Amino acid sequence: MTDRFAPPPSKGCSATPVLKERGQHEVFCGLTGIIWLHRKMQDAFFLVVGSRTCAHLLQSAAGVMIFAEPRFATAILEETDLAGLADAQVEIDRVVTELLERRPDIKQLFLVGSCPSEVIKLDLATAAERLSAQFAPSVRVLSYSGSGIETTFTQGEDACLAAMVPVLPKTDARELLLVGALPDVVEEQAVGLLEAMGIGPIRVLPAPGRDSEYGIGPNTVYALTQPFLTDTHEALQRRGARHLAAPFPFGEEGTTQWLWTIAREFGVSAEKFAEVTDAPRARARKAVSQASEALNGRSVFFFPDSQLEIPLARFLTRECGMQAVEVGAPFIHRAVMSPDMDLLAEGPVIAEGQDVDKQLDRCRTARPDLTVCGLGLANPLEAEGLTTKWAIELVFTPVHFYEQAGDLAGLFSRPVRRRDLLKLEAAE
Amino acid sequence: MKLTVWTYEGPPHVGAMRVATAMKGLHYVLHAPQGDTYADLLFTMIERRNHRPPVTYTTFQARDLGSDTAHLFKSACLEAYERFKPEAILVGASCTAELIQDDPGGMSETLGLPVPAIPLELPSYQRKENFGADEAFFQIVKTLARPVEKTSHVTANLIGPTALGFRHRDDITELTALLSDMGIGVNVVAPYDATPRDIARLGAAHFNVLMYPETAETAARYLEREFGQPYTKTIPIGVGATRDFVSEIAKITGRNAALEEARLRMPWYSASVDSTYLTGKRVFLFGDGTHVAACARVARDEMGFEVVGMGCYNREQARLIRGLAKEFGVDPLITDDYLEVERRIEELAPEMILGTQMERHIGKRLGIPCAVISAPVHVQDFPARYSPQMGIEGANVIFDTWVHPLVMGLEEHLLTMFREDFEFHDDAGASHHGGKAKLREMGITEPETPAESVDMTTSGPVEIVWLPAAEKELKKIPFFVRGKAKRNTETYATERGVAEISVDTLYEAKAHYAR
Repeated sequence: MTDRFAPPPSKGCSATPVLKERGQHEVFCGLTGIIWLHRKMQDAFFLVVGSRTCAHLLQSAAGVMIFAEPRFATAILEETDLAGLADAQVEIDRVVTELLERRPDIKQLFLVGSCPSEVIKLDLATAAERLSAQFAPSVRVLSYSGSGIETTFTQGEDACLAAMVPVLPKTDARELLLVGALPDVVEEQAVGLLEAMGIGPIRVLPAPGRDSEYGIGPNTVYALTQPFLTDTHEALQRRGARHLAAPFPFGEEGTTQWLWTIAREFGVSAEKFAEVTDAPRARARKAVSQASEALNGRSVFFFPDSQLEIPLARFLTRECGMQAVEVGAPFIHRAVMSPDMDLLAEGPVIAEGQDVDKQLDRCRTARPDLTVCGLGLANPLEAEGLTTKWAIELVFTPVHFYEQAGDLAGLFSRPVRRRDLLKLEAAE
Repeated sequence: MKLTVWTYEGPPHVGAMRVATAMKGLHYVLHAPQGDTYADLLFTMIERRNHRPPVTYTTFQARDLGSDTAHLFKSACLEAYERFKPEAILVGASCTAELIQDDPGGMSETLGLPVPAIPLELPSYQRKENFGADEAFFQIVKTLARPVEKTSHVTANLIGPTALGFRHRDDITELTALLSDMGIGVNVVAPYDATPRDIARLGAAHFNVLMYPETAETAARYLEREFGQPYTKTIPIGVGATRDFVSEIAKITGRNAALEEARLRMPWYSASVDSTYLTGKRVFLFGDGTHVAACARVARDEMGFEVVGMGCYNREQARLIRGLAKEFGVDPLITDDYLEVERRIEELAPEMILGTQMERHIGKRLGIPCAVISAPVHVQDFPARYSPQMGIEGANVIFDTWVHPLVMGLEEHLLTMFREDFEFHDDAGASHHGGKAKLREMGITEPETPAESVDMTTSGPVEIVWLPAAEKELKKIPFFVRGKAKRNTETYATERGVAEISVDTLYEAKAHYAR
């Protein structure tokens, strides 16, 4: 099923020694995951137990969304909470009770740990158990950590989903589980393609609500739609479910390989697969080739952000004709990432972790045509004459699967085209 | 614990970052966990700065907790010095590092850095962003300012403007020109664009212009005490305040009060007949104490509005706002809870809100026009064009900004005259607003069926019912005054023990409240 693709590289970068760095990390913490998770789980509320900094971060990251009665908030720790730990549990109960009275529509409540709550060793797991018992059956209370000391950006989603896996009921049914919060439009496309091949029943994690949850068991097989779901992957394996390892569904190649891995598991014939995928594949190829014109032959440098970097580098190098200089990821999980690493040709520096000043030095030396980085670095690098693509948009925009493949290439080509278009200097 | 969705202010270390980022040749080493770097994007995105804030974060992680974090802090300090070679270093802790008690101040002393290391004690669980800025600037001044000879000609320092300050950039330009018109030079602007070397020369000025008490009052007091520099108390926002400011400077310096008014258009614009419809527009003000106080005066004395409420989110300015509210005969609102602000606005049903980014959104929900007068603000309030709030041009800018969101005079009359017109009906909103105003949150619900009467009580112990005809009549009132009409009528009915509001009640109330 991999015909019409460039052949896989003779040597992928799986064996490339990884540059492991530590130092200043210019990344978000896991709390940011709340911004998109709460849209996906419409009966859930996310209560961060943290400081004013946490509330300020959510506000800065949520931008304008904060004003639409969001289903997240911060219980800000005050002086008195730091004085004695016993009080803190009573305080959590009070805040949660107050919150649930105000929002009777909430069916799942997540207590989200932060750096301050972890450092003072506030036991949110116990609080969640106690509150679950108190508010059962109408509300289920779970806890996970989104703290910066433990999670980087998208790892917050991972921690959240991993916290949900143990409480799902047990089943022996043979079901396919798609793991990762995707925009609804993308999720529907994925499910639609698989169902057209006769695959089902299909479940998604996170489910849109508690009412639509399902069981997990030894006959469950699952595919990850996002590379950062490593703890969830391990939690699912602990429940006996089996992982279908595939490259991530970015671009035409990624999507086809991802779908084919599942199709093979469910005994779909090559003819049936072609019948379902040929038309969308052709559309995706056309869209990518149009959108990626500006990218052909240009170099790209990834700062670590979301763990999407390696699959995206694979897409950009294999489908858009770019050359990767350095691919930085906050964290590289071998088992999950190897299908993509096998396809990414050897050459770029693969970096895990960060020492931002040293990485900036490497980036300035390389002077890539496109730098993928966070918002804290983007404008400063633009001011130095480098073209940037801010990475957070790749998490907030529908980019997976066939119909979005052109949009995905467009996200990267737009800044390059803009740089070519703007003529702001005085005429000679 | 306090349940919070929106915060008017960030934590105090963000205030310190605002000072550090405003300055040059200074570096801030912040003991903080991974993730706290989010604050960088406030500067690079909202203020669109073209460089990274001069802040090094230690970014400790869970596995570092224990003795390792102290080591991390020390190496981060040394590396930051080596890389950036600043003239001075600020050291401090964010909220999480405050809990692990590594004492950045003590550690930085033992490093033997060749430049001053200024430790900041910022209590993250008690104080907020503005305190952080004020305290950081004070510590910088206290450490670096030296006794120096006064300049031979009369000069002033402009103190208080920081990074992420609402219109600070242009206020500096405006005041510099204003002082220059009086023959007064500017010695140092700080912290905005100042270097530690500039801070050392602060004492050379004859007096200080305290632009923003929120961020520099402690430093102004210190400079008064240590260097005998008086500081100005008037905030020159608005025409009257600018004139008072000039007189205050004349008194301090003994120079003639001279104000170059050729460009001042605001008083004439406000006096012209086109502005008559602004008379008695009911406004509610909220923001930081300084801007609210200054704008309340502009609203009442220079625009002819009726100030129906005011408040501030920074408790440091609570006394100022309480005093002023008394003078204006309104209830002060000192809170950092936007839900309380929203409730008060709903209660007062003003025709216009002057507030922050948050009030802009409250206004949008309630269908009330709003202009932004104070931080926190979003990217659109760091405009490319020149738009000060202070001085002569500031007054011009304020007039335009505040009038713009209001329905224009003629349009207001047309809406009243043709209120049932199919194109000009009140739900259509004002033509230049773009979006359609949503009124649900004002408590005005569409009647299910015209025959049914709907209970629209929002206040008072007596159940008040709007009769269908009265409700229909109420809907004919233009949307921008309907909330007020509804409230007035209900109050009128409650006071008289009337349980059912008829068309007559509506018009009796209208007559009663006529002004």
